[in-house]
Amino acid sequence: MRLSNVQDLEKQRQEANKAKAGIKKTILVCAGTGCLASGAAEVAEAFRKEIKDRGIDMKVELTVKTTGCHGFCERGPIVTFLPSGILYQHVSPEEVQEIVEKTVISGKIIKELLYRDPKTKKYIEQYSEIPFYALQTRIVLQNSGQIDPASIDDYLTVGGFSALAKSLSMQPEQIIQEVENSGLKGRGGAGFPTGLKWKALANQPNGRGKFLVCNGDEGDPGAYMDRSVLEGIPHSVIEGMLIGAYATGATEGIIYVRNEYPLAVKHLNIALQQARELGLLGENILGTGFSFDINLVKGAGAFVCGEETALIRSIEGKIPEPRQRPPFPVQKGINAKPTVINNVETWANIPIIIEGGAKAFAKIGTKNNSGTKIFSLVGKIRNTGLVEVPMGITIKEIVDDIGGGPVGKAKIKAVQTGGPSGGCIPAERFDLPIDYDSLTEAGSIMGSGGMIVMDENTCMVDIAKYFMNFLKDESCGKCFTCRKGTQRMYEILDDISKGKGTLEQLDLLEQLAHVVKDTTMCGLGQTAPNPVLSTLRYFHNEYIQHIEKKHCQAGVCKELITYSINENCTGCQACVKVCTQDAITGQKKQRHVIDTTKCIKCGACRSACKFEAIEVV
Amino acid sequence: MVNLTINGLNVSVEEGTTLLEAAKFWGIPIPTLCHLDGLSPYGACRLCVVEIGEGPKASLVSSCTYPAEEGLKVRTASSRVIRARRMILELLLASCPQSKTIQDLAAAHGVCQQRFKQEYEDCILCGLCVRMCEEQMMAKAIGFRSRGENRSIGTPFDIKSDVCRLCGACMYVCPACQLRCTFNEPEKTICGSGQNLRPPCLEKEQFDDMMCYMDPCVACEIQKQNKQ
Repeated sequence: MRLSNVQDLEKQRQEANKAKAGIKKTILVCAGTGCLASGAAEVAEAFRKEIKDRGIDMKVELTVKTTGCHGFCERGPIVTFLPSGILYQHVSPEEVQEIVEKTVISGKIIKELLYRDPKTKKYIEQYSEIPFYALQTRIVLQNSGQIDPASIDDYLTVGGFSALAKSLSMQPEQIIQEVENSGLKGRGGAGFPTGLKWKALANQPNGRGKFLVCNGDEGDPGAYMDRSVLEGIPHSVIEGMLIGAYATGATEGIIYVRNEYPLAVKHLNIALQQARELGLLGENILGTGFSFDINLVKGAGAFVCGEETALIRSIEGKIPEPRQRPPFPVQKGINAKPTVINNVETWANIPIIIEGGAKAFAKIGTKNNSGTKIFSLVGKIRNTGLVEVPMGITIKEIVDDIGGGPVGKAKIKAVQTGGPSGGCIPAERFDLPIDYDSLTEAGSIMGSGGMIVMDENTCMVDIAKYFMNFLKDESCGKCFTCRKGTQRMYEILDDISKGKGTLEQLDLLEQLAHVVKDTTMCGLGQTAPNPVLSTLRYFHNEYIQHIEKKHCQAGVCKELITYSINENCTGCQACVKVCTQDAITGQKKQRHVIDTTKCIKCGACRSACKFEAIEVV
Repeated sequence: MVNLTINGLNVSVEEGTTLLEAAKFWGIPIPTLCHLDGLSPYGACRLCVVEIGEGPKASLVSSCTYPAEEGLKVRTASSRVIRARRMILELLLASCPQSKTIQDLAAAHGVCQQRFKQEYEDCILCGLCVRMCEEQMMAKAIGFRSRGENRSIGTPFDIKSDVCRLCGACMYVCPACQLRCTFNEPEKTICGSGQNLRPPCLEKEQFDDMMCYMDPCVACEIQKQNKQ
């Protein structure tokens, strides 16, 4: 059914609300990519079957909904119950019968499935009381995990498209002013004020066509904020783009998403189809005469496509190579037409700004950095997952409070922000507020929001080498300094990690890093030396140790370490079993010995040993 | 007309002029490798970087692609520019030591050593041949393939192109790989246009260690490798 005006939209919403209110209980099964990997699809299926077998009416009594990502991916599959608000973690299909019997029907709680706070050792029933959630400010992700991403009606019940209705009653200039006043900065990493970008597009002459692009080419290793938004709340991105189109006079929209995100592509296609059916996309939207449509373009997975000029070329069907700016995309973008490119998260913020007003939005976060930012918190930390926090929060709060601190006994040493071209921030600087300026000052970048936590078992030379390896493969290769510079930096880092480095090479590395930063054309090359420069700045002594003492403190660089067994060994033979090279020998209940000529330093014995008897020197 | 300053000199140029063209017009030299009049600017070699802006916002941009802007302050030989250029030349020397063009440029900039591991590549991927083939010869026989360190120039699947007319223009414009088209493995050549031109030392066994003006000579190096 096509909605012909705003009243129709409200009617549709009322109907959806009514249908939702008619259902007494709901089981929400997280079906984001993380939970699906740990078996959420089977869990949801088991719930549906169990309910059906018991003859419970799915339309009145109890329904099962698969939702987008909850963010607490480490604990997946996650199941929440409405209206009680109970959260169960690590749910398996075998437990479903018991859950339905005890929790859903009798209202009893199964203690073993609850989240247990590792600090207080208490079981926590309520979703909202788990520190991981309680300490976040979930605005963008508010509905992710609460609604079915494949249902536009579900999005309407949480106030979906009301921001669109509101903005259609406003003047385009007013909307742009509102976005400008909100202080929203691009969430893709560079932090350019969104309002200014829109204003520039609105000022371009109409008639030739203007493009709006949603940049969903998320390529940082270990980062998946955009994926979760597109999977969990695809409609909010569409709504944001509709508002942007109305404000700037754009005629065509493109969502550029990686083909490696099949679920996001699927949900986006469903959402676009549903929006078109309701007349929220296409000609004469809600009877206002405003027309706009969005197409999906799938990227082939080149990291550089996240750079806007490369992305434009990719959409045009050419090799993704960045080009010189100016002319900026807003002057000459796709097919030489004015184009505005915003990140997925930026678009998802727009309905919130319009709905709640710029003032309310600007109150969140700090003065020059308003709003929230989603980070994907990964690495050597207890609670990995997606976290949404207000700007200006300190790294310490994220790592210690939300993240729950280190997993093992090793202390946390550093946090790497901003993906492969970001930098490492040492633990001494964890009181640093997270905003665009502070991170840049500390030698890192905000990036799209990756946050990798590293503990003392991480070697910083090795980390720099890892990221340089990634970048030398992913550089587009156009600029000589980026292509060759990343290769040469990798070469030097490789030498250092193998104990073959010299102090002269270290100087050369630093000089080269500065030149690469200075002389490349696009953001990839300009930030590529950050892993090297930030580790050199904060962990210089580790480099010196590798070069002068041929010693790797963290025990990572294989050429510089040897494994041995100390007197803690009880002779349990656990290490003997896992060693693939038969390098460990010894009688039961006697201290074992490692044959260093056979040892390949894989570390399997170290992980298997329960007595800390394997030493790495 | 657009007014800007280049090295403190107030100049005005027509709108749409690049910084490189402006500097050239006013007699200020900027070294280039991937630039050729008549071909579209590409900005790959980065040798033509100049410093623009002031204070903390000052940055280096490639002058061949950056348009002249009103009030822009350009420095073509600041210490930052020279430092970058020398490092770029050092990187070039480390990869393609056999190119006369690169050797001359390095000498002109006082770069007498390179501190990286020596490589003997025969292409700096400046893209002059690709643009020549497409824009002047209207053939589009060759193009860039792959990305990052695997990037190379050639035809799809290394099959001899149907649209190549063996004109040799790609060879003619090449600043670095003068021998690329005369490679001793014909199936690996770009277009095959220069196959009849073989470096003399390849033919003659007795000139095994012959040193031409190119030091080391790529042909000799290849022959040495083949023998091993």
